[in-house]
Amino acid sequence: MRAYHDLGGLPGGPIDRTEHDAALWEKRVHAMVGLLSEQKLITSDEMRHGIETLGEAEYERLSYYERWIESVARVLVQRGVLTTDELGRKLTEVEAREVEAREP
Amino acid sequence: MSEPSFVLGERVRVRRAFPPGHVRAPYYIRGKTGVVERVLAVFPDPEERAVGRTGLPGRRLYRVRFRQPEVWPDYAGSRADTVDVEIYENWLERVALKVQG
Repeated sequence: MRAYHDLGGLPGGPIDRTEHDAALWEKRVHAMVGLLSEQKLITSDEMRHGIETLGEAEYERLSYYERWIESVARVLVQRGVLTTDELGRKLTEVEAREVEAREP
Repeated sequence: MSEPSFVLGERVRVRRAFPPGHVRAPYYIRGKTGVVERVLAVFPDPEERAVGRTGLPGRRLYRVRFRQPEVWPDYAGSRADTVDVEIYENWLERVALKVQG
């Protein structure tokens, strides 16, 4: 029936109007999507479809750019630009690097 | 897919359908009847592009005007208020004219 992202007409509660600067990683996500679409490796419709198939719980839990990057990852695996294995290994590597950086 | 199926001022209804996939016709407007306010261009079909296909030869897009009191049963604003929604041709159907008498 109604998809979880298709909210037109439903009560949405108050709108948070506080301004905030985008974090560096958010800017990077935005830039990456721009480059990928320039290289014809992703379309806005694939991006949207990826977000619309995250599942409602994930969709509600994630922030705006988190939804973007989750969707980008799905599309790139789907298209064969990345493999799930490559993505998994890289994410583990990045996580380890961050843990190391936090430790004194 | 070059010639538009609907003309300016024509009454059209948005199909009541709920397929899975990436759909650009918003839920709240499905099943509602409006008037073609503007015949727009042909664009690659977003429903196809969403799954990695080209979406070519593309689909005609229309701007359709709906009367707000017909869209929302409990609408409290002016009876004259309208809402415009851009809808692809495959989501529109002709509204049969009532024959007088």
